[in-house]
Amino acid sequence: MISPMLSLTGVHTHIGQYHILQGVDLTVPRGELTVLLGRNGAGKTTTLRTIMGLWHASRGALLFDGEDITRTATPDISCAGIAYVPENMGIFSDLTVRENLLLAARAGEPDTARLEWIFGFFPALKKFWNQAAGTLSGGQKQMLAIARAIVEPRKLLLVDEPTKGLAPAIIQSLITAFRELKAMETTILLVEQNFGFVKSLGDTVAVMDDGRIVHSGGMDELAEDRDLQQKLLGLSLDTHQ
Amino acid sequence: MTITTALPDTELPRLRLDVAPLLVLPILALLALPLVGSFPTWVTLTIAGLAMGMMIFIMASGLTLVFGLMDVLNFGHGAFVSVGAFTATLVLLPMQGWMQADSVLLNLSALGLAIALAMLVTGALGWAFERVIVMPVYGQHLKQILITMGGMIVAEQMIHVVWGPDQIPLPLPTSFRGVILVGDAAIEKYRLIAVAVGLVVFAAMFLVLNRTKVGLLIRAGVENGEMVEALGYRIRRLFVGVFVAGSTLAGLGGVLWGLYKEMLTAAMGSDIMVLVFIVIIIGGLGSVGGCFIGALLVALVANYTGFLAPKIALASNILLMVAILLWRPQGLYPVAKR
Repeated sequence: MISPMLSLTGVHTHIGQYHILQGVDLTVPRGELTVLLGRNGAGKTTTLRTIMGLWHASRGALLFDGEDITRTATPDISCAGIAYVPENMGIFSDLTVRENLLLAARAGEPDTARLEWIFGFFPALKKFWNQAAGTLSGGQKQMLAIARAIVEPRKLLLVDEPTKGLAPAIIQSLITAFRELKAMETTILLVEQNFGFVKSLGDTVAVMDDGRIVHSGGMDELAEDRDLQQKLLGLSLDTHQ
Repeated sequence: MTITTALPDTELPRLRLDVAPLLVLPILALLALPLVGSFPTWVTLTIAGLAMGMMIFIMASGLTLVFGLMDVLNFGHGAFVSVGAFTATLVLLPMQGWMQADSVLLNLSALGLAIALAMLVTGALGWAFERVIVMPVYGQHLKQILITMGGMIVAEQMIHVVWGPDQIPLPLPTSFRGVILVGDAAIEKYRLIAVAVGLVVFAAMFLVLNRTKVGLLIRAGVENGEMVEALGYRIRRLFVGVFVAGSTLAGLGGVLWGLYKEMLTAAMGSDIMVLVFIVIIIGGLGSVGGCFIGALLVALVANYTGFLAPKIALASNILLMVAILLWRPQGLYPVAKR
């Protein structure tokens, strides 16, 4: 049996006096796209930030590619091969598109062939290469945030609600990008509320509520079972489309 | 690597240089001209203001980056100014012969050695200050203010212990004394040198911040340090580097300021800190370009009001800060923050 790329076992996270994650058990299979669903405030973003070491787990264990990263510092987690696209995109507004990508390419100048591959599904980045990232539209910033995460090959990609507030045409570009990444067997953990966006992309799905995983399984199973959707979220996931 | 843009960039506005703060400087200078009345006097005051502004910029630039990068309020920054100036005396006073010789080369050699030693000592002191005093209070502004002010008081007392309680005269090297006459305007040589040094420091900082990866990291870190860490870089190491560089520059500023005043006191650093804080607030916390413009503005206003209305000279910079913040509450060049 192939070991998972990432596994969280009984992870608890406190932020100040608040107990946000209350024993999260989550497995992200290698080479697959795992979707993390849940209502607002369920703990999805905290889960990603805990994986990145931006908030440390107060209890439990996080294993990445067989290594314990529970107490590892954020830069070391990044260097181990995890890329993170936060919900606010984390773009450096005062830096140009080129400079944003240059910082993400730790090995030196970004590889030209890989850049051209990225430009294939995000052509706006080539067009606005020397423009300050702060002047880009919301969709273009999201493209840049994802491009920054994949400008060098990474073992695991964490993406937090990439379609939030984006126009359908931009969402289509993101679908193309994630399909390309899946074709290259990149492991992805995607937090999303737009079920229409993820149901054709996801291989596995986990649903969070009140800081715990309340369901995990195949995406097909959840997509086809309206009763299960009703049971898990209190409403059909189709309403998220 | 060069990526050619396939299409003209017509759909989005190009990043425009915000020229309004830049225009304030010439407008201020031109407004002062009729008030001063005499053109030669105006030239002298303007050059004196620019020289003073450059020295304040050198002292303030490190502090603004330290605040922008790690949100640290270092009220002890003035200690590096004083220590830099006093350290320079360890070279300049024993080498009075070279300083008073009619040789530019000997003068520059003595001064160069003094500046190098001052920067080395203040850099090392900055490293120790960050490790011992600042690091334990990251994220705690009140404690930062208290402990860094305490650090400055300790540094001042240490200066008294080492150099004694008296003021120390620090005469200019022979070649830097006197004036150059441009028409009827008398311009002090040392002020021109201070302007030149300030421009070199600004150009060097501009090149480092815009043309090197470390500079990119500093600019990115000022905007969103957490994301810099998520990209795999250790922001703490970067911060220590910036803190040391800022302390080193403060040491350089201290030597220049000491020679400008030709008299050293242990409190010279804390005295200038009021102006330094006004400058970084006016410029926009974390902005080196804003700090540069802010320093020149503060110094020009101080010089013009000192000549025109000495009674309000002390309050002039506070009034300037109020006016700038009413116009731009985040400072002249606010840094985008996450």
